[in-house]
Amino acid sequence: MSAAVGTREPGELLKNGAIQLMLAINAVIMIYPLFVMVMSSFKTNAEIFSSPFALPAHFSLANAERVWSETNFVRYLANSVSITAAAVMLILLFSTMAAYAIARYQFRLSALVLMFFLSGMTVPLKLAIIPLFIQLDSLGLVDSYAGLVLVYVAMGIPSAVFIMTGFLRTLPRELEESARMDGASEFRIMRSIMLPLARPALVIVAIQNAVPIWNDFFFPLVLITSDNLKTLPQGLTVFVGEFTTDWGVLFTGLTLAALPITLLYIVLSKQFISGITQGAVK
Amino acid sequence: MNIGRRHTTKAFPWRRSLWIASLLTPALVVMVLFVLWPLLSAFRLAFYEFNGLQPTGFIGFENFRKVLFEQPYSGWTYNALKHNIIAFVALMVFENGTAFLLAYSLLKALPGHRIHQVIVFLPVVLSAVIVGFLWKLFLHPLFGLVNQTLALVGIGAVPWLGNESTALGSVLFANIWHWLGFPTLVLLAGMQRISKEAIEAARLDGAGDYVLMTRIIWPLIAPSITIVTILTFIGSFNWFEIPYVMAGLTGSPGGATDVLGLYFYRTAFGSTTTGIQDFGQGSALAVMMFIIVAGVTAIALRYLRRREIEL
Repeated sequence: MSAAVGTREPGELLKNGAIQLMLAINAVIMIYPLFVMVMSSFKTNAEIFSSPFALPAHFSLANAERVWSETNFVRYLANSVSITAAAVMLILLFSTMAAYAIARYQFRLSALVLMFFLSGMTVPLKLAIIPLFIQLDSLGLVDSYAGLVLVYVAMGIPSAVFIMTGFLRTLPRELEESARMDGASEFRIMRSIMLPLARPALVIVAIQNAVPIWNDFFFPLVLITSDNLKTLPQGLTVFVGEFTTDWGVLFTGLTLAALPITLLYIVLSKQFISGITQGAVK
Repeated sequence: MNIGRRHTTKAFPWRRSLWIASLLTPALVVMVLFVLWPLLSAFRLAFYEFNGLQPTGFIGFENFRKVLFEQPYSGWTYNALKHNIIAFVALMVFENGTAFLLAYSLLKALPGHRIHQVIVFLPVVLSAVIVGFLWKLFLHPLFGLVNQTLALVGIGAVPWLGNESTALGSVLFANIWHWLGFPTLVLLAGMQRISKEAIEAARLDGAGDYVLMTRIIWPLIAPSITIVTILTFIGSFNWFEIPYVMAGLTGSPGGATDVLGLYFYRTAFGSTTTGIQDFGQGSALAVMMFIIVAGVTAIALRYLRRREIEL
């Protein structure tokens, strides 16, 4: 919007000042708790309670060492990384294949198939957790990586198909046609010509799915019982149970858990914001 | 239309069908096994009695009768439902109200506005579990940052999560802090789509902020408001993580933070804490929650969309 209209007037300056002040206060409310969390992770328990507002006396890594060596934290982290990576890869693979078929070929049932995928977007899978649990149990997939990954893939496919179909439809026919005339196979056309062009949409879909999967707590809570298979959000509850009174270690655990996604967000904030708000802003 | 594709189509129809089918199969199999089947089963299982993991007999509406009319279940159901409704209203007023102010402020594109966008959205990317524990520590009655700050200005310690009258509000506050950035950026995106010309023309005609807001911006962002309202509704009815982490599975104290998501989970899986584990009653609850969410969403969409057209 035009900040220029009437900027010179004193009233406008005052108003802009008030807006900046409000934004600044909001920024402090958003950032300060995280700042305290990070700073507290360097403090001892006594320091946290006696001087909560001060910076740490020494930037000691003692808490981090305890988290690393005395808990299963690294294991939880590794589990989260592998489960999120596997689920996102499969979502990208399956939904791109399906979207490619729907977007690039004309066949009788295509509208119906697309409809089926889209209707999946309206289902809150959390509410189907009981039959899902029974289903996975009968397949022997409760308390396994595979069961959790499959649930996430099912959760991600509908919106991924929606976004990929929309994007793949916009790609020009000509490239495809000329490759076909040159005798390229359908698979080759898809892999070597169309998919490289679809990279922006793939990134959006990846982020849109990776963030909620990485952060999810509900499905591991129901589906995973072995400590060795727990994901990071779920592992944090175990961790907090072990260290209820040692706040230095607790804040360190929270900081370390928040670190990976925060760093990624700071580097890729634009993609994150559009990835997460994508569905809503349409 | 084009020679190339027709050639392939006519010459190898079976080959083409096979190729299309193989592209669709993996996604369809996953959807049928892990979305369609569980969803249909959820509706079926609500009418069955359970004894362990498998349904043992058809019992009609018995599960629904229990969760709606038989104490203590019905009391728990209505208590949780009440908190979901309170949560929805509070989030609409406080979260979306604040988000609206922030979005309007960011629309001015004053220096630093991009950094503000990044900052307000930062908590959104964190896990609700991290946010819940963080605020639980900050709200600790003796050592928490909030009470320590209040002590500086001479206000005595408040047991935020340990008090029936403040527990739900505390949990809601953490939730608002976590999610504020989402409606802010959705509303901002809506405002940014309004043409500059419309706003400048109104300005030149002498419209102040109030007129600009009520006559131009508010009506034109109606679609964003619809989306934010519906997502807030769905979110407040699926609410689970933050109350679970901050106040516990039983919605302590005195069920003050019990919400349908917690109650549903507890009924279905929470045998160790409450002595109840009933997939039948759990399914009945799930079906009712599904009907509430789908029904209200459909009605709201119709009503709000009509408002959009009228405006």
